[in-house]
Amino acid sequence: KSLAITVTFFFYFCSSWDETHFGKMGSYYINRTFFFDVHPPLGKMLIGLAGYLSGYDGTFPFQKPGDKYEHHNYIGMRGFCAFLGSWLIPFAYLTVLELSRSQPAALLTAALITCDTGCLTLSQYILLDPILMFFIMAAMLSMVKYNSCADRPFSACWWFWLSLTGVSLAGALGVKFVGLFIVLHVGLNTISDLWQLLGDLNLTMVTLGKHLTARILCLIVLPLILYTTLFAVHFIILNRSGPGDGFFSSAFQSRLLGNNLHNASIPEHLAYGSVITVKNLQMASGYLHSHWHLYPEGVGARQQQVTAYQHKDYNNLWIVKKHDANTDPLDPSFPVEFVRHGDIIRLEHKETSRNLHSHQHEAPMTRKHYQVTGYGINGTGDSNDFWRIEVMNRKSENRIKVLRSQIRLIHLATGCVLGSSGKTLPKWGWEQLEVTCTPYLKETPNSVWNVEDHINPKLPNISLDVLKPSFAEILLESHMVMIRGNSGLKPKENEVTSKPWHWPINYQGLRFSGVNETDFRVYLLGNPVIWWLNLVSIGLYLLLGSISTVSIQRGIQLTAEVKGLCQVLLRGGGQVLLGWMLHYFPFFMMGRVLYYHHYFPAMLFSSMLTGILWDTVLRCCACCLSSFPLANWVHVFGISLLILGIAYSFYLFHPLSYGMVGPMAQDPQSPMAGLKWLETWEF
Amino acid sequence: MLVFLKRPVLVTAEINLNLVALTVVALLSRLWRLSYPRAVVFDEVYYGQFVSLYMKQIFFVDGSGPPLGHMLLAFGGYLGGFDGNFLWNRIGAENSLITQSRLMLLESLLIFFNLLAVLSYLKFSNSQKYSSFSVNWWVWLILTGVSCSCAVGIKYMGLFTYILLLTIASVHAWHLIGDQALSNARVLCHLLARGVALLVVPVITYLSFFYIHLMVLYRSGPHDQIMSSAFQASLEGGLARITQGQPLEVAYGSQITLRNVLGKPMPCWLHSHKNTYPIRYENGRGSSHQQQVTCYPFKDVNNWWIVKDPGRHQLVVTNPPRPVRHGDIVQLVHGITTRFLNTHDVAAPLSPHSQEISCYIDYNISMPAQNLWRVDIVNRESDSDIWKTILSEVRFVHVNTSAVLKLSGALLPDWGYRQLEIIGEKLSKGYHQSMVWNVEEHRYGKSQEQKERELELHSPTQIDISKNLSFMARFTELQWKMLTLRSEETEHKYSSSPLEWLTLETNIAYWLHPRTSAQIHLLGNALTWSSANIATLAYVLLFFWYLLRRRRNVCDIPEDSWSLWVLAGTVCCGGWAVNYLPFFMMEKTLFLYHYLPALTFQIILLPVVLQHVSEHLCRSQLQKNIFNSLIVVWFFSVYMVYHTFSPITYGDQSLSANELKALRWKSSWDILIRKH
Repeated sequence: KSLAITVTFFFYFCSSWDETHFGKMGSYYINRTFFFDVHPPLGKMLIGLAGYLSGYDGTFPFQKPGDKYEHHNYIGMRGFCAFLGSWLIPFAYLTVLELSRSQPAALLTAALITCDTGCLTLSQYILLDPILMFFIMAAMLSMVKYNSCADRPFSACWWFWLSLTGVSLAGALGVKFVGLFIVLHVGLNTISDLWQLLGDLNLTMVTLGKHLTARILCLIVLPLILYTTLFAVHFIILNRSGPGDGFFSSAFQSRLLGNNLHNASIPEHLAYGSVITVKNLQMASGYLHSHWHLYPEGVGARQQQVTAYQHKDYNNLWIVKKHDANTDPLDPSFPVEFVRHGDIIRLEHKETSRNLHSHQHEAPMTRKHYQVTGYGINGTGDSNDFWRIEVMNRKSENRIKVLRSQIRLIHLATGCVLGSSGKTLPKWGWEQLEVTCTPYLKETPNSVWNVEDHINPKLPNISLDVLKPSFAEILLESHMVMIRGNSGLKPKENEVTSKPWHWPINYQGLRFSGVNETDFRVYLLGNPVIWWLNLVSIGLYLLLGSISTVSIQRGIQLTAEVKGLCQVLLRGGGQVLLGWMLHYFPFFMMGRVLYYHHYFPAMLFSSMLTGILWDTVLRCCACCLSSFPLANWVHVFGISLLILGIAYSFYLFHPLSYGMVGPMAQDPQSPMAGLKWLETWEF
Repeated sequence: MLVFLKRPVLVTAEINLNLVALTVVALLSRLWRLSYPRAVVFDEVYYGQFVSLYMKQIFFVDGSGPPLGHMLLAFGGYLGGFDGNFLWNRIGAENSLITQSRLMLLESLLIFFNLLAVLSYLKFSNSQKYSSFSVNWWVWLILTGVSCSCAVGIKYMGLFTYILLLTIASVHAWHLIGDQALSNARVLCHLLARGVALLVVPVITYLSFFYIHLMVLYRSGPHDQIMSSAFQASLEGGLARITQGQPLEVAYGSQITLRNVLGKPMPCWLHSHKNTYPIRYENGRGSSHQQQVTCYPFKDVNNWWIVKDPGRHQLVVTNPPRPVRHGDIVQLVHGITTRFLNTHDVAAPLSPHSQEISCYIDYNISMPAQNLWRVDIVNRESDSDIWKTILSEVRFVHVNTSAVLKLSGALLPDWGYRQLEIIGEKLSKGYHQSMVWNVEEHRYGKSQEQKERELELHSPTQIDISKNLSFMARFTELQWKMLTLRSEETEHKYSSSPLEWLTLETNIAYWLHPRTSAQIHLLGNALTWSSANIATLAYVLLFFWYLLRRRRNVCDIPEDSWSLWVLAGTVCCGGWAVNYLPFFMMEKTLFLYHYLPALTFQIILLPVVLQHVSEHLCRSQLQKNIFNSLIVVWFFSVYMVYHTFSPITYGDQSLSANELKALRWKSSWDILIRKH
């Protein structure tokens, strides 16, 4: 049985909203430029691939929403997203069919998702969400399918669905970390599945072992392999230096073509007078940085800020000087003098000519540590500017090697060690990372640094074959950077943000493109009829579900038919409800900025629940009324009424997705007049 | 027991064998049945060094020396008014920086109520089988509910134990529902009783705490500013004195001050002053050079505005007053400078995406005044609602540009005297409190002339009507403010992360003698902590082992010991988990003492595991004997550790630098050593 529902997609001629974001990243793949994003790479890679195959050359700048595409060939990328988005409907149809064994329920679900303006809008543009939802639904479908193959374990069909589940999980996780929720869902399902098997005393331990191994192979090992492959491909494709370099360690950067560390040719040993950048060894930390701004009042001494900064910047440059002389070591009359392990040095900030300084004031965030500042005028400071340089991974040689030496800077007067705490400074510190001097001499990557750039005209440049990081190292590092990036997306004070409780009630949509009356406007908003129906259904489901579980627990005798319906309601509905909860409730605990479109995976699950619920309820009604002649019609009639109602509401709201021109909705002349049911909608 | 432990080893072993065996056996086999042995056991557990840390903590509170003395006295003093003061104490602790010792006290009270709740629930569920609906049964059931709400009332952490108990109770109730020997009516009675005692009673108790709290604290205090104007007006003194008897309805000609409802980063009032925006900002952008409009966190005569009807010239209230309603168009005139509140398509100083708000100065440069504002009452009941003092929350929507008057939260630089920036948000993305204002002070303007008006503005308001908020309204506001009030995220010298607690990587120094090196630390008994950790791990492993084997129909232990084992584990392990794991998600500053409630649960698990091992895992008598003597050795070493650390627990002895250094078992412990 194939589902003959097709969705027509319309494409328009300007970029909208987040397209600037992901479209740009697609272009990066085509241009093979390295970039940094908080999401794993699969979604953007697929967008890039689609663009590449459809002849997009990656030159459109994607600067701001509303820019015209003009001659650029973007249809392929949009078409690809729309294509994946349209698969949601058959997937939902099949899942519900499998769970409830009832075609009307499946049809109802399909109608709900087809006619939802939100899903439609979201699938039409170059976004990660259609791809993510595609994989989530695929994982759900294959999980349900392999559950129903449980009676013939180890058959080809069973293996197929099991491994397909694994593949889809890898896909979902590879697009966004939200994929973790479906992983959790499948995990819970597998645990309960294994628990059932364990209780079956007919099975030998060997068979159980086989079951367990099969699941580990298909649901853990296979996705992991795919996921890492994904990153491998990502790193292989993106081999050119780009905007994301500074977030990563020196070793990582040396992989990138065009980066100054790639096949670097720099003076090998550090000498007095060298201009250097110093990078913290902690992953996702930054360069030692200073700028003209002072620490604000009340935060230690009011001297110049010293921070760690992740981007490459001329303020990251420092000059190595002797502690006791302010002569210019680059004067050609002096011989070259190398810095050695144990030397006492002074680091002068190139741009502001202040010395790296520390003293016994509390550091701004980590109160147990000392504050680090920039001090002195034109390189003349005091004895608190003296640092002893130590090489941690020293062999026999005493000189300091660029990139390879892991160095530690010890403050001479207090004996503390220069380190970066990794904490983000407040606004006064431009949200850069805190640099402190820690009195604890523990050796952590936080307090170890390496010299990255090195400029010294008096020394010959030597081509360095820098340590190539292993794949596992770069994988780990990129995850650390992503996690840090994600937790850095905090909403600002006094900013209106979307709250999770807004979502199921369809409180407020998202403006996709167009603001003014003359603009062509697209507004991301779920079809309110469908969303409110879903909301009511969840409440009704909880009520009916508890009634039926309690009556089963009380041992009330039910007819076989009702019992069957209860089973569908509790088993099938339960699965889907769990999916909804897993994709919705975690957002309440997230500290990062949330958007309306985060609800859409949960919305798919809640639509499936609605399908199952109403089908069961109507069947139940038909059952109760079986003495009346038209009882059988109740079910058919009810379902068709629901589907027709949904279709009509789609007709009403379809301009939201397909675009509206003309006055805003509060104006009676607008095509959407009378449809602004909530004041918070802005179309 | 301490005395016993000091006797020669052989004898000690004998006595302790019995004692320990008895204690532990009693603990396990009778724990959930009879009241008397259980109490004894519990005392034993407390006072017999078994939970040495827990006891230390109590002693600590008792004999902690100077810093705590006052606090303790004060606490004793208000023990009579237990509940109300309790909360008062708590709020004080949360809002301001009272010394940690006070917090410590709260922690132990929390532990007390947590354990009381658990104990009474277990009592209740034991009496369930034989004497449902007896007096005892009721007492324990209600005591559970009350102590739960006490625990929640002390610290919100108590909520987690409450949820745990609710879960256990609902599992038990679920079994009851499945018990087909009971009639439907009886099941319903059971459920109702539980619902009343575990849901309704705690809520009522909790509300009554607040009721007493609000009854007792009826005077205004230092934290008034955080609360809304309406709340403040309900307190004696403070704002109430000013707002007493203001006219309720805002009319054309009214003189008002406007307070921002969100009030973040600080509460403030709409303000303007003679100074203008600088022609060019530091970053090179230009301004309109008109008069600044800011939000000012202090009461000031420049906070007064006059509501004017755009169609008339008067700035006085007519007789009878014409009230302003929702949807009316008004102009807002700054009282002292008589300039009109205005906004236009110029970028705001710090938020370039929003419009600048100014008081209009006509420079004759084809920049017309745009000073019409629509009054939009957010909390209106009908569309013809009148704008009311204090009660109405109002948005001002600009008529020409539909920008909304908003507090951006940014601080202006020196030219703006570090006051808060006010902006016109062009595309309002929905409701946010920073766009909502309420009238705080209000009087009907009478003076026609500017000079008189200035005098009038400087004089305090009068007339008499009092506004009383209902208890529930005040409760909701206070509760909401308490939950959302984000304490400043200051890192403390002794703050630590939850992972460090598990391995006792951290300590807190409470007090140092001004001259000697006598000092008091919050530092656990390292041995108890590690054995508690091991016990937890052992429990979890054993539990899963049994669980999996039972599923395959292999029963290693008899049915009732299994159910006891499960219940003990749920209570202890569950109690530990719910009191510990949530800290990983919290963003506030954490200290070691936050772990103590969790630790007590972990320590109670210890005897359970020990007893289980000796009863079920030691097969031969020999093994049992070895195990028992091991326990004795363990007891002894716990005592030794306790003894070693007692100087820095009680702070009664001054130790030399070397002795102190010897105590520093872990390099991360911060023990204070005087340098000279």
